[in-house]
Amino acid sequence: MSGADQKLVEVRDLSVVFTQDGNETLAVDKISFDLAEGETLALVGESGSGKSVSALSLMQLLAYPAASHPSGSILYRGKEVIGADERTLMGIRGNEISMIFQEPMTSLNPLHTIERQVGEVLAVHRGLRAEAARARVLELLNKVGLQNAESRLGAYPHELSGGQRQRVMIAMALANEPRLLIADEPTTALDVTVQAQILKLLKSLSREMGMSMLLITHDLGIVRKMADRVCVMNKGKIVEQGETTSLFESPQHDYTQHLLNSEPKGKPLTARPDAPEVMSTDNLKVWFPIKKGVLKRTVDHVKAVDGISLKVRRGHTVGVVGESGSGKTTLGLGLLRLIESDGPIVFMGQHIEDDGWSDLRSRRADMQIVFQDPFGSLSPRLSVAQIVEEGLLVHGTDLNYDARRQRVAEALEEVGLDPATMDRYPHEFSGGQRQRIAIARAMALKPDFVVLDEPTSALDMSVQAQIVDLLRDLQQRHDLAYLFISHDLKVVRALADEVIVMRNGKVVEQGSSDQIFDDPRTDYTKALMAAAFDLETAPEGVVSS
Amino acid sequence: MRALVEKTPLGRINWEATWIGRVNKARTSPINQRRWRNFRANSRGYWAMWVFGVLFFVSLFAEFIANDKPLLVTFEGGIYFPVFVAYPETDFGGDFATEADYRDPFVQELIEEKGGTIIWPLIPYSYDTINLDLPVPAPAPPSAENWLGTDDQGRDVVARVIYGFRISVLFGLILTFFASIVGVAVGAVQGYFGGWTDLIGQRLIEIWSSVPSLYLIIIIAAVIEPTFWILLGILLLFQWVSLVGVVRAEFLRGRNLEYVRAARALGLRNIAIIFKHVLPNAMVATLTFLPFILNSSITALTALDFLGFGLPPGSPSLGELLAQGKNNLQAPWLGFTGFIVIAAMLSLLVFVGEAVRDAFDPRKTLQ
Repeated sequence: MSGADQKLVEVRDLSVVFTQDGNETLAVDKISFDLAEGETLALVGESGSGKSVSALSLMQLLAYPAASHPSGSILYRGKEVIGADERTLMGIRGNEISMIFQEPMTSLNPLHTIERQVGEVLAVHRGLRAEAARARVLELLNKVGLQNAESRLGAYPHELSGGQRQRVMIAMALANEPRLLIADEPTTALDVTVQAQILKLLKSLSREMGMSMLLITHDLGIVRKMADRVCVMNKGKIVEQGETTSLFESPQHDYTQHLLNSEPKGKPLTARPDAPEVMSTDNLKVWFPIKKGVLKRTVDHVKAVDGISLKVRRGHTVGVVGESGSGKTTLGLGLLRLIESDGPIVFMGQHIEDDGWSDLRSRRADMQIVFQDPFGSLSPRLSVAQIVEEGLLVHGTDLNYDARRQRVAEALEEVGLDPATMDRYPHEFSGGQRQRIAIARAMALKPDFVVLDEPTSALDMSVQAQIVDLLRDLQQRHDLAYLFISHDLKVVRALADEVIVMRNGKVVEQGSSDQIFDDPRTDYTKALMAAAFDLETAPEGVVSS
Repeated sequence: MRALVEKTPLGRINWEATWIGRVNKARTSPINQRRWRNFRANSRGYWAMWVFGVLFFVSLFAEFIANDKPLLVTFEGGIYFPVFVAYPETDFGGDFATEADYRDPFVQELIEEKGGTIIWPLIPYSYDTINLDLPVPAPAPPSAENWLGTDDQGRDVVARVIYGFRISVLFGLILTFFASIVGVAVGAVQGYFGGWTDLIGQRLIEIWSSVPSLYLIIIIAAVIEPTFWILLGILLLFQWVSLVGVVRAEFLRGRNLEYVRAARALGLRNIAIIFKHVLPNAMVATLTFLPFILNSSITALTALDFLGFGLPPGSPSLGELLAQGKNNLQAPWLGFTGFIVIAAMLSLLVFVGEAVRDAFDPRKTLQ
């Protein structure tokens, strides 16, 4: 990291403006940073801060001419990239600079085999064909740690797990030994255990190949683990940059301090020991039949939930953690009788497992659910008031218009939103506000039991902390019983006082939150903790890959 | 409409919560404004909509443009509106108590003798008026009296085209309306409930749509005398299928959206979920299809008329005009007129349809 002429990438005063229908939006505002050979630089910020847009401009991959650069220059090894002709750019893209994306499923073509997709990159940039290409593909797949690479050459993307797909994406990005790898939220869509493996892989690859890395993420844990230097972005500007260690130890800018302090905090509420049970189940099973043959006989079952027992009491939170596909969400839907299940479900002292849809309807007011995606769970065509009052129209038929609006206003106030905004539409709100609306919809009915299905995982870190505080506050005020489903152990620790660790539909470990977090018994739970809190990988065989 | 009269605590009407407020919100919402801009950006479709709209609007008043009854008669100080009221001939000093035939030179003389005046519409023929003073045997070529000539029964072609256009478009609109309702309903039920409902429904539709509908209609039309409404009913039996596919697909997608699952968790009835949450999404696909369904409805009627199994004999119809053109090749004005009118009408509708499709295309935004 000596003189300026040694830098791999130099960005000076870069701005990006998007023009749509005559309206201009400034996405990136005069940012400057540089990147030396072999260095890992992290761009950190919340969603909408312009970090992905900045990275895409390095390769000139934005949708021009809707996007434009009113100012700035991007020098790649001393050559100007902005305004370069298509031939030059083609030489840089994929060859000198490669990119991996967040969602490995949509980045791979579902109709092509792994061998063909990786081989294509080699054919385009290197002219490698047939045997030579095959050998190189195999070498790359082994390099990125894909197990049984040889037998997987003919596999299609859907036959691989998320982590394996991301490994294939990395193999494609590395095919031409790039000097710079741009990793845009490379692990956000992955489970914590897989995330740790992928990060470890990226780190060792960059060291081995002397490759620079531009890492885009919102997760400060990843930054601390991976990056040499950090740029903190907020609203299109770089507010602070510096060496990772010094930046984490003494953040200068207010926004950086705010980010660092925004991890979910606080202790879960502990229910009174004599609190009545709200929801309980014993040996609950949700099996989906696998049907084969002409007569569609059931040959086997997918055991999504396989014998789970739990009790949720008033003012008490049971956290359910596990990797994706472990059956957490299915458990929640099964308890609410939104999908068919097998086993006793006792709600407020009454068995509801055999109730018909119309019997259940009257109980729905008392058991509610909040979903993960605050953008998908609110109908874009209804105003906030209409969304929140929907349940009241079903359950509180005696309420007139004024009384309903009153209840809506109370519910919005309770979740920290201004009741005056109730006639606006969801798209006018941010992700965190939308999640508050979704919570208000559940709370307007004054339920006893709420299933929270990953309510924070689609949100920025600082917003997550606010939502966790809000949920805890609501629980305290109304003595609510929560079933809190999450893969994010930090959030679970802040909210749940009993934890169930699930894997493949079965309980791995169940107990009080203190016991699970401080003294995990099983290897699987230990691996989960290490991956979540320290981004450490587990020994082989304990977790999936 | 309940929301219209409901008041806020302060007693003022909360406009944002009323239907008026919602319509205004929809009109000014960014997405609808973008759609309107996209629609206008397709200037061919935009102008086609205006041309078609004006033509249709004018044809709705066909009785005032082409009629064998005068718009207005003044007679002995009184004012008569023969278009609206049937006056007996005796009112004008004639012999018969039946309705006056104003085209009869005797009646005209009666009125003019007493100093009365007759104001005729632009075209003094109705669709069924036979011009008895043709200088040549029917079909007569275009002349100053009959601008596009007459058909083989001596009826004025311009008048028949105006009435025929109106009946075609009205028939198409009504058929499209009912076909959409049935099609959306069937598609909604299949898509929302899925599973066996969907499977059985799809197979039934496949069987139904492989029935050769034109022959079936011809057979039915041979048994019962078709009127406007019977024809509409028969064509409706086959026309509804065209929308099922798109609506079903939208519902299959929509029923798994999170806000639909949230509505289920709130305990909403299926019917409420369908109308409130899923149907609005499916309406975009439906609206995009409508102009094309209208087109095929009009074509279906024209085809039946051409074959002689359509509207009752004597009705003004474009298909019948084409048939006459085919039977009277020595009178090319019949075939040309029919062809040009039908081609222009269908082209205009296709242009409008293309513009509507552009308007709802989410990928059109960057242009």
